[in-house]
Amino acid sequence: MSTKPTAYTPHPMEKRVLLRDHLGVDFTQLENYLSHGGFKMWQKAMELGRDGVLAEVKASGLRGRGGAGFPTGMKWSFLPKDERPRYLVVNADEGEPGTFKDRYFLELDPFRQLEGILIAAYTINAHVSYIYIRGEYWKSKAVTEDAIAQLYKAGWLGKNIQGSGFDLDVYMQTGAGAYICGEETALIESIEGKPGMPRLKPPFPANIGVFGMPTIVNNTETLAAVPVILEMGGETWANLGTPKNGGTKLVGVAGHVKTPGLFEVPMGASMRDVIFNLGGGITDDREILAIIPGGSSCPFLTKDEIDVAMDFDGLKPVGSMLGTACITVMAEGLTDLLTVMQRVTAFYQHESCGQCTPCRQGTGWLKAIADKMDEGLGEDEHIDLLISACNQIEGNTICAHGEAAAWPIRSIAKKFRPQLEAAIRQRATAHGYVAKPLAAHPAA
Amino acid sequence: MSEPVAFSAATNTKIAELLGRYPRKQGALIPTLYLAQDEFGWLKPEVMQLVADKLELPLASVLATAMFYTMLYKKPVGRFHVQICTNVSCYLLGSDELMAIAQQALGLAPGESTPDGLFTLEAVQCLCACDRAPTLQINKDDYFKVTPAKFKELLAQLKTDGVKLGPPVGWLADQHHAHA
Repeated sequence: MSTKPTAYTPHPMEKRVLLRDHLGVDFTQLENYLSHGGFKMWQKAMELGRDGVLAEVKASGLRGRGGAGFPTGMKWSFLPKDERPRYLVVNADEGEPGTFKDRYFLELDPFRQLEGILIAAYTINAHVSYIYIRGEYWKSKAVTEDAIAQLYKAGWLGKNIQGSGFDLDVYMQTGAGAYICGEETALIESIEGKPGMPRLKPPFPANIGVFGMPTIVNNTETLAAVPVILEMGGETWANLGTPKNGGTKLVGVAGHVKTPGLFEVPMGASMRDVIFNLGGGITDDREILAIIPGGSSCPFLTKDEIDVAMDFDGLKPVGSMLGTACITVMAEGLTDLLTVMQRVTAFYQHESCGQCTPCRQGTGWLKAIADKMDEGLGEDEHIDLLISACNQIEGNTICAHGEAAAWPIRSIAKKFRPQLEAAIRQRATAHGYVAKPLAAHPAA
Repeated sequence: MSEPVAFSAATNTKIAELLGRYPRKQGALIPTLYLAQDEFGWLKPEVMQLVADKLELPLASVLATAMFYTMLYKKPVGRFHVQICTNVSCYLLGSDELMAIAQQALGLAPGESTPDGLFTLEAVQCLCACDRAPTLQINKDDYFKVTPAKFKELLAQLKTDGVKLGPPVGWLADQHHAHA
């Protein structure tokens, strides 16, 4: 399991409190984790007590790093005050296209998340935690399972942890290739051994979750931040970011950039700076064609929409969202937007669980229209049909998969209409059809 | 139904351990299906029945779950399961060329297996290593920043290895079974 990482100097724009691969230490080994201050925050949590930890997490303003940005402290305090057993479920089902952040903790720094799990489980008084890792993450699964075994052996999991009187069992659970299981209620169904079909809410998992019991579902990055918050204090963490968006955020840059990678910046960092400084600028110094800000569920951005703050509120002015904060850059001249649209529609169609008609049928329609355009049979009106289908999916489904499918496609159809119209003609010609002349657009 | 199937002693021990993790037996279903798949290659009907019996579940519950998840195999998979990401980030950095290379070298369309049981080719969704695109997975191993030249070399190597290793357990019998 042991790897030999090499040390390096991070970019000066970064603010690293979570990422530490640059230290060149193998953090998959418990002894190295412990010798770098590991599990000190578990001791501190015991001193602070449950209310004390909750107060720090609330003061930190930590918001869920899975993409939704719900305040973590508030979520923890929603648990009913009854005697039923509670569960802590970790959402490590990273699958949002374009995203590669939780993989870091799962493969390279597994104990950080596990210390967070220990503290969170103690705070909410859960004695069983399931870490749900996506099926394709074979290395993550192996590293995490090994880390859990190391903790049991050293008395950091099981009964009476380090003499504290607190018991916790942590089990790794694995997904099996269904993107929808990243949705928290689908994930719960999957842990129960069922098809991953999202549940209607309410009841919320805090009341009726896994095996019918009160359950807190937190993302990997969220839990990994918990020990760091206790170490620096909730308020200090909050002050790292922008108001209502405390702390730092892992951000990814991929696609047509010179130095793709995973970085850590204060919440609210400029997206332009992230792309041009951390990402090193665009391949061959080309123009940006389009940007996906945080996974393909987010509405696409044009090159004029990247002067935004990367936090959970900063992308509202451009009609998009932070999502997972892993950016995909598409360069002018290197990207065929119709192909991109086709891949996105194919993805959401394939991953729809099939439960709600608007999503099951609507994602099929989106894919069919995109395919038709690609086969040279597209008409300009099909762009309006795409928008119409998106409007009929959005808001009409049990879970957010409907929105995730509709938003990116509608943003392409609306913001990149000239590119789509050109692509429709290019495909028609390529397939030997006679392309219609471009209609004059009032807006053009 | 063909010859009866049974779990090895080692798998039975693992299943017993899994059952201790959940308040209901069905919780152990997906991990048990993975174990079954490791042992028998894929989830043929009698294996599904075996799992149902083991976990005391209706066969319908086992089938419903198995059918839902793409990584639980409902048909035989070759010795080398070549899974190429075709989603956006990998498309941007050349995954279509990798797919064309694989199709040509293996003589397969996505979703197909070679008759000798050595290769299955599949187009898969985002493997979430976009900073190291294009990516692919062969069985449980990740390959990042795959260039056409490296991929051609890799496929040639696997073809050589495949001749030595042969098809996975019970491939010929299962092929017959799958198409019967």
